Amino acid sequence: MVDLRINFAGVEFKNPIVTASGTFGFGREYGEYYDLSKLGGICVKGLTATERLGNQPPRIAETPAGMLNSVGLQNPGVDAFIRDELPFLKSLDTVIIANISGNTVDEYAEMAEKLSDADGADMLEVNVSCPNVKAGGMQFGTTIEGVSSVTAAVRKHANLPVMVKLSPNVTDIAEIARAAEGEGADAISLINTLLAMRIDTQTRRPVLQNNMGGLSGPAVFPVAVRMVWQVASAVKIPVLGMGGVMDGDNAAEMMLAGASLVGIGTANIADPYVPLTVIDGLEEYLVRDNIAAAREIIGGVILN
Amino acid sequence: MPNRYICELITSNQLTDTAFAITVDCRELAAESRPGQFVHIKCGEERLLRRPISICRAEDSTLAFIFEVKGEGTRWLSECKPGDMLDILGPLGNGFALPESGNIIAVGGGIGVPPLLFAAKSLGDRVTALLGFRDSGKIMLKREFEEICAAVRVITDDKGYVTNLLEETLRNGGHDAVIACGPHAMLKAVAEICRRHGIPCQVSLEERMGCGIGACLVCACATRADGKDHMSRVCKDGPVFNAEKVVW
Repeated sequence: MVDLRINFAGVEFKNPIVTASGTFGFGREYGEYYDLSKLGGICVKGLTATERLGNQPPRIAETPAGMLNSVGLQNPGVDAFIRDELPFLKSLDTVIIANISGNTVDEYAEMAEKLSDADGADMLEVNVSCPNVKAGGMQFGTTIEGVSSVTAAVRKHANLPVMVKLSPNVTDIAEIARAAEGEGADAISLINTLLAMRIDTQTRRPVLQNNMGGLSGPAVFPVAVRMVWQVASAVKIPVLGMGGVMDGDNAAEMMLAGASLVGIGTANIADPYVPLTVIDGLEEYLVRDNIAAAREIIGGVILN
Repeated sequence: MPNRYICELITSNQLTDTAFAITVDCRELAAESRPGQFVHIKCGEERLLRRPISICRAEDSTLAFIFEVKGEGTRWLSECKPGDMLDILGPLGNGFALPESGNIIAVGGGIGVPPLLFAAKSLGDRVTALLGFRDSGKIMLKREFEEICAAVRVITDDKGYVTNLLEETLRNGGHDAVIACGPHAMLKAVAEICRRHGIPCQVSLEERMGCGIGACLVCACATRADGKDHMSRVCKDGPVFNAEKVVW
């Protein structure tokens, strides 16, 4: 029997597999397909201070081994989430991570406070990396000052562990991660999507109504592994690695790069059962290599 | 409940230059399916996203789907052979709310026609079908509709549009509701005509989809309820909407 449990920033996860924000709604839809309590954790759809309708469709386009999206943080707002969704999530035997996104530093602080006061969220994921909104989002995540100010404000107003979700659309991911750590972040998650674009050559129009969107899926997996490794090497706080993970072997690879937890995002969209097959596949990998506990492989890459 | 099924492809036929009909064997999926619902089909290992395809027929252990080849995924599906296994998620979406009584007009345009056959089948001779196609080469399922409907009228773009037929049919009276599936512009016009005639109308919408089960929020459609605009999910809240709720 392999021990899959991971203690991450003081929170106990039954296994390292967490569904990534934005691909999993508030869990209910996938709950029609399997028992959500089998998951290590659920990162909920990105929340904002007030309701957001999101961008105009089309919001998705398939690309080689991946997809673009430009949803634009459609969500009912943090208050409606606390009232209508959190009680259901709390009833599940899995870690609930509330993902927050603000237009301003004050909005991040306000949401951190509300979610800390509400009963049900075990952790906050601070989204400073959404590429699909005009204000806030990635604007904060691409500078040291932006990441520092948001992290400091959330840390001050939250009494939950704070994880900062980083954007890959930066020159030096390690210095951004160190900035978050320096302001008291308890963990880092990465990567959000890569800013991208496709153009229909017949109509000469971008395929997304929003022109640009975020690239995700297996196409970004090697980029994610590289960035997770760079960040895990640069900070002492734990890392949740995500980006294109499709199977148990990908999850093991992410952990070898330095991730303590592994997020499943786009794969949910391709097939609702992927998180369960990833958990099984990771366990098989560990059994095959005669490893007693999943935590033993974290950062286990042997460099050349 | 929706589920993932691995189904054997039984038949595959080309209907027009771009449309194909396939049937698959899956008793459970057939039993669960209702008119207006769709399935999400994995189209080869190389493609990440599934393709949403409406259900044209579901009886006993057989389901029929008709789709147009629009890109690589649907081309892959059109090249599948009897005996091939398909990974199908479904049935998905809400389906039509079919009235227990009264006479229904089913308005279909192009590749929007197939799901109306499933609806017509459960309504029988209470249905008048108005079917529009770009040209005579695109006409499909005419005979199948004629076998079950009270009346069937087919029109091609060179002679006019289904919306002309709808105006005529409503003017003659005797109909209680409209169901429609087809291109956005057609549905918008159908909704407007029904509003003017005071006839309830349900439209089946299409949008580029991701998960197909309501979680990823990419297939958004603007709707209005309680005096407020919302973004509804075509895959989960639809694909069938009350036409008056849609923000056209």
